[in-house]
Amino acid sequence: MTDKTEGGVRRTAWRLAAGTVLMFGFGFALVPLYEVFCELTGLNGKTNNDPAAYSAPASTRAPTVREHETVRVQFLAINSTEMPWQFQAPETSELHIAPGAAPIDLTYYAHNMSDRDMVAQAVPSVSPGRAAQYLRKIECFCFQRQALAAGASTQLPLRFYISPELPDDIGTITLSYTLFDVSELAASDATASAEPPSAQGS
Amino acid sequence: MSADHHHGPASGITRWLFTTNHKDIGTLYLFFAMMMAFLGGAMAMLIRAELFEPGLQLVEPNFFNQMTTMHGLIMVFGFVMPAFVGFANWQLPMMIGAPDMALPRLNNWSFWILPFAFSILVSTLFMEGGGPNFGWTFYAPLSTTYAPPSVTYFIFAVHLLGMSSILGAINIIATIMNLRAPGMDYMKMPMFVWTWFITAFLLLLVMPVLAGAVTMMLMDIHFGTSFFQAAGGGDPVLFQHVFWFFGHPEVYIIILPAFGIVSQIIPTFSRKPLFGYTSMVYATAAIAIMSTLVWAHHMFTVGMPLVGELFFMYTTMLIAVPTGVKIFNWISTMWRGSMTFEAPMLFSIAFVVLFSIGGFSGLMMAIAPADFQYHDTYFIVAHFHYVLVPGAVFGVFAGVYYWLPKWTGRMYDERLGQLHFWLTFIGANLTFFPQHFVGLAGMPRRIPDYALQFADFNAISSVGAFLFGTSQLVFVVILVRVLKDKASGRLEGAVGERAWEGVEGLEWTLPSPPPYHSFTTPPSIR
Ligand SMILES: [Cu+2]
Repeated sequence: MTDKTEGGVRRTAWRLAAGTVLMFGFGFALVPLYEVFCELTGLNGKTNNDPAAYSAPASTRAPTVREHETVRVQFLAINSTEMPWQFQAPETSELHIAPGAAPIDLTYYAHNMSDRDMVAQAVPSVSPGRAAQYLRKIECFCFQRQALAAGASTQLPLRFYISPELPDDIGTITLSYTLFDVSELAASDATASAEPPSAQGS
Repeated sequence: MSADHHHGPASGITRWLFTTNHKDIGTLYLFFAMMMAFLGGAMAMLIRAELFEPGLQLVEPNFFNQMTTMHGLIMVFGFVMPAFVGFANWQLPMMIGAPDMALPRLNNWSFWILPFAFSILVSTLFMEGGGPNFGWTFYAPLSTTYAPPSVTYFIFAVHLLGMSSILGAINIIATIMNLRAPGMDYMKMPMFVWTWFITAFLLLLVMPVLAGAVTMMLMDIHFGTSFFQAAGGGDPVLFQHVFWFFGHPEVYIIILPAFGIVSQIIPTFSRKPLFGYTSMVYATAAIAIMSTLVWAHHMFTVGMPLVGELFFMYTTMLIAVPTGVKIFNWISTMWRGSMTFEAPMLFSIAFVVLFSIGGFSGLMMAIAPADFQYHDTYFIVAHFHYVLVPGAVFGVFAGVYYWLPKWTGRMYDERLGQLHFWLTFIGANLTFFPQHFVGLAGMPRRIPDYALQFADFNAISSVGAFLFGTSQLVFVVILVRVLKDKASGRLEGAVGERAWEGVEGLEWTLPSPPPYHSFTTPPSIR
């Protein structure tokens, strides 16, 4: 090999190595990219995890309440595999709500049927996915982890409204929560945001 | 003494351990690939034996799952990919008029990582809880929350073999960009060089993403992160996106070098130059670029917005256009050529025909609404085996028969070659064609037991598999004979520079077998 080609080889190799590192980084960048993409498109029915605020439709500008058209909202409670809690949707498992109307309060119910203290995380999902961004949660038990002592039970509050911008063609929205056991995660996570069970018991 | 050292191989085992010679490393890659092919093939035999009739006869379901997983991993990463890197090592320097690969020491390293990676991977089978049982696609949380403890070793093995591929790809690109003989412009490079050039870029694009995916798995399993755990705010579907961002281009990484090999062989045995060389180059590049935009066609059923389904459906179907260009170019090359049908040509023609069948079933699955029925059935298994076996594997056989006389200086036994081809051809079709039918009828993939109505086609499939498997022993006999002839120095069957009538290309201007260092002085290109 002449010196010239040797230099060329070295240059090519280093450039390609840099490209490899870049693509490794891109793999990780897919995580936040996916998050943003899901939020924009409602892919997977992901809902926002930050509390929304409801402003009464006092202003004359749109959006206003769409009094005469209502959307059916259904509530589901699902246990993930091996989750021993009793997890129940509100008594009224279905409501007809006018988009833009004042927030609604509901309670889910959870009962730790196991004989150990546990921490759970509820993960919400909205179907159809593109309705997710119009279902605005002001308060939700899914915002924090929920700790329950063995045998204890609790009521889980939810407060939400439907945005008046909800597209016309959506007639039914299903809000489902899946409950996961995160006791191990919480134990290993020093900054666990779980509150003691007594704070939530009723 | 030092002159000696530079002109011939060292002797004994150290020749292979410390070699930096592209031919030695190519040989190592090819032998390693062959061993892995027989290991993965043995697993396939076990799978087909269990599926010969309904019910559980031979293995437990969990072990069956380990077999399907390992069969896929070994065939993709242990057999087909190393085999094509072996071809690249042997052929690229000879085809572009270079003395060796650009980074010979790196070359040694990228090979020797592989045996370690696969020792680790295979050893997981003997660990507590068994080896990976979550399918070769290792979807989270199957491969994280519900994985056997050996998954950590699996992750490490994937890291290692990814590193090997990346180093190999860097070497190949550096060689092609810097070591071409004077006058060997990019648009004069043989098709095999072109397809490997593009494949190497694809490897660099997606292997690091695979490394990222397994790293995230590792962190989820051991460091409490939640990339793919819904409970902690992660998303299992994200795993599928990251995996298939690697996984779809991977299928082209596997098939493009085979395209290249066939593009060398068909002109030779048609005694005509390749039809539409320029369009071949652009079609290959187009396939590679488009392959990075179609990944979610593996995930039509996860619940995507309609626009998503449509986007991935149309981009997937669009790939059929450049692929069609290639198929038509191969057929046009054969058109009115004075064709002969030696083993490499037979494998190449079978490649064109059977790969097209696999391509068509792929088009069927690209239709999102239809895919809801095909998803996770044996129809999928039939499809990807049609593109991988008569596709990639026939490409490997074709290439070995075509260049073996060059590599060894001895012609293989053509009668045995023909026998090997026909047994393989019948065996492969008998194995995989009936799988279309059971798949359409609803038989799910990755199950050790199945409903009674699938029994007949599964029995046929298993018989085909045993035929396909055992006929590979003919290939071993052919190889052993050639190597024996070479070792004994017998002159019968010795070939000259041009082992095939009228064959074109720089590698055929070298003696057979070629000298240890290919072109110490650059050849002149007309
Ligand atoms: Cu694909």
